[in-house]
Amino acid sequence: MIDAIWVLIAAVLLATFVGVAAMVYIWMERKVSGRIQDRLGPTRVGGRFGWLQSLADGAKLIQKEDLVPDSADQILFRLAPYVVMLGSFVAFLALPFSNGWVAVNLNIAVFFMLAVMSVEVFGVIMAGYSSGSKWSLLGGMREAAQVVSYEIPMAICVVIPIMVAGTLNLNTIANQQAGMFWNWYLFQSPILFVTSFVYFTCATASCKRAPFDLAEAESELVAGFLTEYSGMRWSFFFLAEYASMFAVSGIFVILFLGGWNGPIPIWYGIDFGDVWIGKFFGLLNFLIKSSLMVFVMMWLRWTLPRLRIDQVMTTCLKYLLPMSCGLLLLQAIWQVIFPNGLVGWMGPEVFNPGGYPLDGGQP
Amino acid sequence: MLIPSLQIYLLVGAVLFTTGLLCMVTKRNAIGVLMGVELILTASNINFVAFSRYGKLGLDGQLVSLFVIVLAAGEAAIALAIAMNFYNNFETIDVDRASNLKG
Amino acid sequence: MSLLVSNVLFTCLVLLTAVPAVMVVITQHIVRAACWLLLSLAGAAGLFFFLGADFVGATQLLIYVGGTLVLVIFGVMLTATGPFVNLRASSGDWAMSVLVGFSLLAIVTFGIAQPTWFNPAMFEDSGPTRASTNRIGMAFLGFPEENPTPAHPAEKEDVLVDPPKHVGVGYLLPFEVISVHLVLVLVGAAYLARAKQRPKRETA
Repeated sequence: MIDAIWVLIAAVLLATFVGVAAMVYIWMERKVSGRIQDRLGPTRVGGRFGWLQSLADGAKLIQKEDLVPDSADQILFRLAPYVVMLGSFVAFLALPFSNGWVAVNLNIAVFFMLAVMSVEVFGVIMAGYSSGSKWSLLGGMREAAQVVSYEIPMAICVVIPIMVAGTLNLNTIANQQAGMFWNWYLFQSPILFVTSFVYFTCATASCKRAPFDLAEAESELVAGFLTEYSGMRWSFFFLAEYASMFAVSGIFVILFLGGWNGPIPIWYGIDFGDVWIGKFFGLLNFLIKSSLMVFVMMWLRWTLPRLRIDQVMTTCLKYLLPMSCGLLLLQAIWQVIFPNGLVGWMGPEVFNPGGYPLDGGQP
Repeated sequence: MLIPSLQIYLLVGAVLFTTGLLCMVTKRNAIGVLMGVELILTASNINFVAFSRYGKLGLDGQLVSLFVIVLAAGEAAIALAIAMNFYNNFETIDVDRASNLKG
Repeated sequence: MSLLVSNVLFTCLVLLTAVPAVMVVITQHIVRAACWLLLSLAGAAGLFFFLGADFVGATQLLIYVGGTLVLVIFGVMLTATGPFVNLRASSGDWAMSVLVGFSLLAIVTFGIAQPTWFNPAMFEDSGPTRASTNRIGMAFLGFPEENPTPAHPAEKEDVLVDPPKHVGVGYLLPFEVISVHLVLVLVGAAYLARAKQRPKRETA
């Protein structure tokens, strides 16, 4: 029974964290978009910087009338936001935030995350179909075509660093990159460097962020699958969108940017080991890096114009897919030629004097 | 309260198989028939993995179910292409209308 | 995890797999059937996780739920004639199929309950044994593990202490065959589904 209570506490903690993170990112998006458009963004709610803007938005959205159009399919319309939320929140079960700080230390963590996040698409299509509106249906169909296509290059790009790491366990992958910043997989080979850009493009598209936000395209589809939604259900879609942005950025940080390992190991020689404080700094590192990637996504959104749907599909099927396949092949050849990597001389053993287990030490 | 055991897994597999078969029989929509096939394949997968866990198969059951999943994806792609073609020719996906070859 | 929680979880998963599967048949609305199918397949993935087959479970989610089912919905949308597709079967068909279905289920259930399987110890759950990707990969290459249930599965997860015996070529040949098969499927699907002229309707 004690176990069950601990599981419950961990689940509540994780859900709360993800929800709060999503709210912070929504505030950040408003500030970033404001600055990029030469505005101030929210300034009043909760002091000078508008810290509480997201909370105020939430309060407003809860009070709104809960509308379901007459022509909609009632059950599916109500169900869709929950499927989307479930998809992006369950993914966090396998995402390690610091060394060993993970809800479930899965052996196949990165594969599990990709799999669960692919369920999210279904909710969006359900929303588009059940709304009973032409705009929504078009949005849903675009989403189906786009995400199913972008999943392929994204998965192939994830396989490339995994080939170097030799494991699907995110915890182990991040620990393998301990040490100076040139141990990060981003700098392990020119191929991985290119791969990170391809992965990031696909990740942006799979979160349906601009310039790939064809499913909601305000200017042509009147918000697409979101057209008929209002109030709390509408905000669920946005919570899920920001949560999955954080999730794909987290995968990016762990696969390419060394996870919770700082660029320079300043605590070299000090044996933190399993001490709480060392993991806490790791958590800070991880959050800063992930937020940076989320910021890049926002930056892209507010500077680039939206692509047309045929351009989106062309980008994926004619450029990103062959590129990712070629990169996979090149990396395989690279590993035959340089089995130990170019700069792999300062491996994790050097910075792991205590010899702690790389996979976080959990079963 | 159910206690995990081989029989329960097999029973779930049996339920999925039966519903899949009924789905194939009763649905007149070509895509509904496809859903029945998916259910049947999932039923077989559950049996494979359950035997891999409880029997002496080792990991063979899991590997076979991986193959089944992959082949099911290919099967769905082809089936949908056929359904699309069928719709282009007959402007419906009611499988009962595909009776051109009937003497 | 304590036994009670795991049993409750198992019951939920079994219901989540079986009940939506029945609903797929009962519902007449094709998109709702797809949504019930989503629940059923996700429940099956949960059962795979419960059986310790993490890799199979995740593959089920990624390929079935994220790929195949989305494709199916896409097909529904492309071939829909009305706003919500609805094709009913006649009540005679229904009576017949319910009869056939229940008799089939009865026979299969009888078949499951009848034999004493291989040995009675098999029915006891000996705790979760997680098959790591390493082990699946090794089995794939023809290195099956000697002992299907190791004494301390948690400790020996990733460590291959001594290289296991090589038995045959494993699943490399089926893998090759399936790869070729998939290429053919891709080409065939692209050929069948390519944009074509619709048959000209007779204009009245």
